[in-house]
Amino acid sequence: MSGLVGRNLLAGAEPDVAKDAGYPDAPPRMGFFTDTSVCIGCKACEVACKEWNSVPEDGLEFTGMSYDNTQGLGADTWRHVAFIEQDKPVGNADSGVRWLMASDVCKHCTHAACLDVCPTGSLFRTEFGTVVVQEDICNGCGYCVPACPYGVIDQRKEDGRVWKCTLCYDRIGDGLEPACAKACPTDSIQFGPLDELRERAAARVDQLHGMGVEDARLYGHDPEDGVGGDGAFFLLLDEPEVYGLPPDPVVTTRDLPSMWRHAGVAAAALVAGAAALFTVHGRLGGRR
Amino acid sequence: MSTSDVTKDGVTGQREGRDALIGQGTGRGGRRKRRGEQAMVPEAEFTSYYGKPVLNAPVWAAADVAAYLFLGGLAGAGSVLAAGAELTGRPAAARALKISSLVAIAGSAAALIHDLGRPARFVNMLRVMKPTSPMSVGSWVLAAYGPAAGAAAVLDVTGLFKPLGRAATVGAAALGPVVATYTAVLIADTAVPAWHEGYREMPLVFVGSGTAAASGVALLAAPAAETAPMRSAAVLGAGLDLAAARLMERRLGMLAEPYRQGKAGKLMRAAEILSVAGAAGGALLGGRSRIAAALGGAALLAGSACTRFGIFHAGMRSAQDPKYTVVPQRERANARDTAKTGGA
Ligand code: SF4
Ligand code: SF4
Repeated sequence: MSGLVGRNLLAGAEPDVAKDAGYPDAPPRMGFFTDTSVCIGCKACEVACKEWNSVPEDGLEFTGMSYDNTQGLGADTWRHVAFIEQDKPVGNADSGVRWLMASDVCKHCTHAACLDVCPTGSLFRTEFGTVVVQEDICNGCGYCVPACPYGVIDQRKEDGRVWKCTLCYDRIGDGLEPACAKACPTDSIQFGPLDELRERAAARVDQLHGMGVEDARLYGHDPEDGVGGDGAFFLLLDEPEVYGLPPDPVVTTRDLPSMWRHAGVAAAALVAGAAALFTVHGRLGGRR
Repeated sequence: MSTSDVTKDGVTGQREGRDALIGQGTGRGGRRKRRGEQAMVPEAEFTSYYGKPVLNAPVWAAADVAAYLFLGGLAGAGSVLAAGAELTGRPAAARALKISSLVAIAGSAAALIHDLGRPARFVNMLRVMKPTSPMSVGSWVLAAYGPAAGAAAVLDVTGLFKPLGRAATVGAAALGPVVATYTAVLIADTAVPAWHEGYREMPLVFVGSGTAAASGVALLAAPAAETAPMRSAAVLGAGLDLAAARLMERRLGMLAEPYRQGKAGKLMRAAEILSVAGAAGGALLGGRSRIAAALGGAALLAGSACTRFGIFHAGMRSAQDPKYTVVPQRERANARDTAKTGGA
């Protein structure tokens, strides 16, 4: 643990997140690289996730806004395929419409706000560097829900506890890939050691840029970003907010030391103010 | 379905041509000329995914969590004033404040537990001690403060074990400021834009609001002869609350909008009026008229409650509208890109 002393573990790059969490011989950090440029919007990942993890049905709604009736991540949606129709040509074409499809998931942040703020220790870091809820401990305080900068984790109303992607903790421990990656027919969802995925993603962006697809960019790959890099990152073809992703997320606990300092000043002001007031007004009724 | 198997031991059986060459063969290749119409679109235009929120809004109920913020402030500041009153020979005011602190902290704990998805598991709050979680820190502080505030009130009313009662009173007063302020950190330590970005001023708002509420209790329940310091505290508390809230809104820029519009806007305005009226009425007339003091006290309590409910609803609104998440972050990202590319 001495390796933790004097380091800022609330923000910034953290190369060995599992080791810092107390696993001396952790396996390599595992993650997802979701290459949205090959996503066909089939939603096999959504279905496979629900099947494998026994995630309950959460309403059969027809939104009418697009082919996306799932709408977003939540307690009962751990993979969500976004669907965007744009009046913009694909690649080098002169005209036409393009469809953007992207399978969203928990980012398994390096600095996970959900985990930081959980008061019960229900959310924890696994040896694979992922972030998982222990359902037998969660008391449903709901603090993790607004802490997540990506709107991922949520409370299951009828159950009271919170739920989210586990990166198939039960599968990867056995050397299997997560259900969504396994089901993805185009390998848009790729699972593997994070270092390897980052290399593969960089090569893919270069390939696309070389073909003139200048829109291609990575999202969540950078260990220097506001959450210390995502364990699940993406190749996007437009700005993140188009897909419903925050353009520049920052882990809220980065500012926690400053928050406590400001609270300390306020608390001191209360004590000093009260002391001053009672001194000025003086003692009543002489001695006692 | 996928023919490749990507496990932690690497990739096996990757399919040929997996990396689709999207858009290839559909044009001349190479760089496409930018259309004038594209370049004219202003960079800062706000986009979202069909207007869906980026964040998942808090699942907290206003009746529980906003009430919890109010009651925590009332209890914490009340304990400080109670000790001051007791040590300066104002026993009736001290007793009233000790009782209100006990009732408030019991109520706030009840609200907190009621809001849990699994109330039976509330003891899990004390399962670990986690400095990165303001709710964990707060739970431990409450675990120490609750008994102290309880003992202070009970021993005062019963007149038993005077030295112990004094110790409990001082102990509750020492923890009171933490109880009154940690809730500001609790809500600020989230991704909710209107809360997080207000983290500098929020504790001052909470201290001011809590002090005004506790002074209100003294005005309501204690004889005028004893409440002079509390009348001053009401003025200072309400003043601090309003000034810090103004400062916060100024700094928040576009994120101040949720504090000014809709339900939150109405509550914040009501809070201002009630706090000013309560503090002024209490200060000017509370020394002479018992009725004016009681009315002033009630207005101060109501004002403090409105502040907390207003802040609560402003946060909810800022989480539900993607604008408040996307626009500030987009501006930040653009500014950084501009700085990186050497300015525009
Ligand atoms: S994306 Fe949200 S839920 Fe997932 S690890 Fe990060 S903070 Fe937690
Ligand atoms: S709802 Fe559960 S997982 Fe989330 S912060 Fe509370 S105890 Fe932790």
